[in-house]
Amino acid sequence: MINQLFLMNGYGAYVWSAFGFTIFCFISLYYIAKFQLNREENKFARKFTNLSQAKIELAKTQKINKKILVNTPNFNF
Amino acid sequence: MLKNINPNKIFSLTTKISKTLFFIFIIILIIGLTESLWISPEDYKQSHLVRIMYVHVPSAWISLGIFSFIGILSLFNFIFKNKNFSLIGKSLSTSGFVFCIIALVTGSIWGFPTWGTWWAWDARITSMLLLSIFYLMYILSWKVFEKNKNQEKISSIIAIIGMINVPIIKFSVDWWNTLHQSATVKILSKSSIHPSMMLPLLIMTATFALFSLIIFIMKYKAEVVKLKNKGLDRL
Repeated sequence: MINQLFLMNGYGAYVWSAFGFTIFCFISLYYIAKFQLNREENKFARKFTNLSQAKIELAKTQKINKKILVNTPNFNF
Repeated sequence: MLKNINPNKIFSLTTKISKTLFFIFIIILIIGLTESLWISPEDYKQSHLVRIMYVHVPSAWISLGIFSFIGILSLFNFIFKNKNFSLIGKSLSTSGFVFCIIALVTGSIWGFPTWGTWWAWDARITSMLLLSIFYLMYILSWKVFEKNKNQEKISSIIAIIGMINVPIIKFSVDWWNTLHQSATVKILSKSSIHPSMMLPLLIMTATFALFSLIIFIMKYKAEVVKLKNKGLDRL
């Protein structure tokens, strides 16, 4: 039965390579998107911590800034 | 209604649901893979080779759907002058492009044992290749014209012109004699696909749609944070 699943009447190489390519694209796309998001969030957090106290208070009035920082890894808001 | 389509609201909503979506995606993916690789029957002519359909067809559908959506958003951007439409389009384009590539590559893998060739300049395949070129042009337009004030207009024009290709892809198998088979899944008339194959096809389509939504959320959030980064510079 396991043999049948892998060999698929001699078409296994085609079927598994099609599924494998799809899964590879999914994983790559997911990690690239995640990497880009983390990079932007970290950049935002760095810029935020370098602001003067007055500007930080001003930035904090925007809800979305808080949400970005809360979700940023390695940043204690 | 347009007021509700603003980055802040979408950002809040997507932050709340992204983990749940990923969990649902994993479950549906496992069910879809089990159905398509194991439970669904072999084809009487193509044997197990038919299983490639479960990744090839959903990819083609999703890439076509995403491009149509980007085209409509680009039209809306021209009419309503709402920049968020182009931001949504930009965030969707990468996953649409990847799905288009998956459709082309898996189609090629399917084509070799059935047609005896990896590639044919057939109307359906060529029009799909053209779609991937439009995707590439759309994605590149965002990067190449980054500092150009007409950046949004240029990318919108590419998407709108590319929309002409969408019905050509859909009807190419009816308008021309093609190596590619005609549609077996129809919305307006009875589909010729057996329910035992239709079920995994629909599950895999739902899985792919959900995955493109997850990628869209991450890309969209990255774009919003990028905008907010520029906002911090202006404080």
